[in-house]
Amino acid sequence: MLTYTLLAGFLFGLYFTLIGLGLNLVFGVMRIVNLAHGDFLMLGAFLAFWLFSLFAVNPVPTIPVAFFIFLLAGFPLYYLLVPRLLQAKDPEMLSFILFFGLSQVIQSLATILWGTSERSIPGGQLGRAVAGILSFFTGHKIENGPIEILGQSFPAAWLASGLASGIGAVFVYWYLYRTKLGYLTRAVMVSRDEAIASGIDVHRVSAVAFGIGLGLAAVAGVFAPFMLGSITPAMGSEVTITSFAVIVIGSLGNPLGTILGGLVYGISYMFMQSYYSSWANLLPYLLLIAVLLLRPNGLLGRQARRA
Amino acid sequence: MRKLWRDVFIILVPLVAIFALLPSIYSNHLLLFNFIIFIVLSQGVNVIYGFTGYLPFGYVGFFGAGAYGFSLMVLHLQASPFLAIVVGVLAALALALVLTPLFRLSGAYFSIANLAASLAVLQVVANPNLEDYTRGPYGISLSGIFNPQLAYATALAILAATVFIVIFLRNSKFGLALQAIREDTISASMAGINVVRERVIAWLLSALIAGLAGSVFAWYASVFYPETVFSGEFTIFAIVFALFGGTATILGPILGVVILYGIYNAVGISTPQYFQLIYGLLIIGLVLFLPNGLVSLLRRWGIDVP
Repeated sequence: MLTYTLLAGFLFGLYFTLIGLGLNLVFGVMRIVNLAHGDFLMLGAFLAFWLFSLFAVNPVPTIPVAFFIFLLAGFPLYYLLVPRLLQAKDPEMLSFILFFGLSQVIQSLATILWGTSERSIPGGQLGRAVAGILSFFTGHKIENGPIEILGQSFPAAWLASGLASGIGAVFVYWYLYRTKLGYLTRAVMVSRDEAIASGIDVHRVSAVAFGIGLGLAAVAGVFAPFMLGSITPAMGSEVTITSFAVIVIGSLGNPLGTILGGLVYGISYMFMQSYYSSWANLLPYLLLIAVLLLRPNGLLGRQARRA
Repeated sequence: MRKLWRDVFIILVPLVAIFALLPSIYSNHLLLFNFIIFIVLSQGVNVIYGFTGYLPFGYVGFFGAGAYGFSLMVLHLQASPFLAIVVGVLAALALALVLTPLFRLSGAYFSIANLAASLAVLQVVANPNLEDYTRGPYGISLSGIFNPQLAYATALAILAATVFIVIFLRNSKFGLALQAIREDTISASMAGINVVRERVIAWLLSALIAGLAGSVFAWYASVFYPETVFSGEFTIFAIVFALFGGTATILGPILGVVILYGIYNAVGISTPQYFQLIYGLLIIGLVLFLPNGLVSLLRRWGIDVP
């Protein structure tokens, strides 16, 4: 039971990391709060659903497709909304309201197009692809079905999403620390004004970060039908709150802190589910408030922000 | 002080008179009551967001605390509605006091923590384990004290008190001190303003307003679920109405409610998804092109708005 809870919490925690990663990158670079994050995840989930039910496309090849579509969609959206927002007196607060509006637009369009019914993708679809990939790499045939780790069996989808989250986190690390653009992005994160003063095209850097943020949300969305249950156009709001809890625990604005935040969140969530399930829903909020009050900058935050 | 009484006569008195007379002309009293509740809540958001710059994303927590404080008094102690309102307000104030450490956080951190706090209160109230005390997720029914006329009159009094608080903030040293803190905390404290104390007073005032609104809402509705009175829509609507009209003004939030809630009732009830679309686009347009609200537009045209 203990091993199972720990491992399940770890896998779920990795998924929560993936959910929070994009949101945190956007906050870190632009200091704006993307309340529509969960809705982009919902759009990614519906992309996977429609590709599967119309063209029988397996969710695994959908992952890169979703990432690139949303990466590209991020640029026009960024230039449409953010530069004007940043001219305002208090962009951090106004971004709450602006992106709430965007979230309403996305949810209503999705409802108008697809109705409010719940949809899902059969869990075996992802399992088959995972079994195929594992057989290819290990060299001997692996059966489709639950996967055993340390004597505990887990749905293949959990493993696949954990794997994808790991890849996502490594990708963000590689982007921030190993590419030219990532170097500039980190400069903008540290000090926007000094970045402008040293001739960095802040809007270009931010637009790319925004696109990557949306792309990661969409990738998390592809796994949503397997990890979060059935999907509806209105699912985004709750996801947004969860991802906030994750990134605040990690520390707001530090994408790598998200990994820690996701794991802490996932493991404590699984413990509450196993041992004290009727109060499990309270956990994200209490954890969030406790972390905010004890360490206002999250577990990995550097300096305190006090008014 | 002269300006204070001028504002009372040109805004507060007509507003209360209109809402006192409308029920005899217009038969949908529930709608009128909701208008009052939203004006009160937007003004409550105005007190804390407009004057101090802290965006309370979990403002509905105080509203729900008021509603539950009221209902539990009536359910368990058979208290009279007016005594129950006092307890509802005390519940909201107690929650606000518990949350004062959140002011150590700034900007988005404060808003997110406040949101989490309101959701945590909802999870506690709606928890099936507490059914004996709060009726858990099954909701509250207060048919014994149902009296819509008296509840409506009480709501009117609350409206008057709330608008008076905002008029006072607009025309007093205390209101100026709050705005000074909002603009530049350090300079304000150098000028001799007790930053922490003034901010906490504004926070308690704003919780008091929401607690009053929640109590009278529970009385008027008399049957509701935890999700009804802790619905994030109250927060969002109140914030958007206040912003649309213009914060840190008296008239702004009132204009916002009359216009936007009016549109909501015209198109939102029959086709909610189309209303959601219009509403979302309106919010985006508002933030991008009119971040200081309608009132700033009027001011640009040279019309001075209190």
